[in-house]
Amino acid sequence: MATDGDADFDDAVLDGNAVAGVLASTFGWDMTAMPSQCAHCHNVNITAELRAYTRAPGIVLRCPTCSGVVMRIVETPTSTLIDTSGIAWLRFERR
Amino acid sequence: MSLAAPPARRPSPIAWQIATVTAIRAETPRVKSLTLAAPSWPGHRAGQHVDLRLTAEDGYSVERSYSIGSEPERTDSFDITVEEISDGEVSPFLDEEVIVGDRIEVRGPIGGYFVWEASGAPAAEPLFLVAGGSGVVPLMAMLRHRARAGARNPTRLLYSSRHLEEVIYRSELDALAAADDGLEVVHTLTRSRPEGWTGYNRRIDDRMIADALAPLGAGARCFICGPTALVEVAANSLVRLGLPPDRVRTERFGPSGT
Repeated sequence: MATDGDADFDDAVLDGNAVAGVLASTFGWDMTAMPSQCAHCHNVNITAELRAYTRAPGIVLRCPTCSGVVMRIVETPTSTLIDTSGIAWLRFERR
Repeated sequence: MSLAAPPARRPSPIAWQIATVTAIRAETPRVKSLTLAAPSWPGHRAGQHVDLRLTAEDGYSVERSYSIGSEPERTDSFDITVEEISDGEVSPFLDEEVIVGDRIEVRGPIGGYFVWEASGAPAAEPLFLVAGGSGVVPLMAMLRHRARAGARNPTRLLYSSRHLEEVIYRSELDALAAADDGLEVVHTLTRSRPEGWTGYNRRIDDRMIADALAPLGAGARCFICGPTALVEVAANSLVRLGLPPDRVRTERFGPSGT
């Protein structure tokens, strides 16, 4: 992975792997393998498989099945705001 | 009744820390590998990535994610491989200006999904890797790890590049494939071919995926990394060929990230 641009492959959508860093530093552990249910279509997705739109002031994660917005992430200099209204549930594995 | 003491909260391994560039190596005319050493680097798993943060004097900062290309068996440092992208904000710096001794903020290792570990897989389980361009980097970490771990599971890398001289890690891939430990590397060159080229000469498509997978069979574990369009084609092909979606792991990269 390399998230810097490449004009030859100009497709705007990445996947949840691209936002693993901000999620991990916010929640405290890796989230890429975590399942969650889309609140719109009720499909269960792994975070790494969500579609990630990162070319904006914030990050939007969409469901790969229905394209509904699952999560929105905005980082400011002092805080991270995560809108999770598109998630019905998510499952953390206890270790 | 007594309450057990709550478990100690694990220290977060994902805080930003300062890494030092300890080596720079040219891979192709447009691609370099940087070796980074960070004092409290916890070690990585093959396939994980790291976030880099560069901050200008005026406080403007940019973050980018780079896959780790080195094998987890090397614990005192790790390598990233950077392709120069003319309109990128970060890669021109990493490709042209960075020198040994420079310090860069890093956060990682990151990711638990796009990971392959020799010890975590059945010893004979076939491994099918599909790469486009610099998408080969995390797959190279898996191949280096596989070699160091002494794994002999049937493994194929299908690797799409534009030109032969843009094939990253070419000589090392040749050497790994010559080791007679079950690894085969299949190249496709999409823009230009050297005279006498007998390999594939087109973008990855359904038929190429089917042919490349055939010697491994539908029991293979698959990892695909590259531009989004290539990942979609390869992943959809594999699922149509009957591989369970949860055995096909993908990582997409594209234009400017977070």
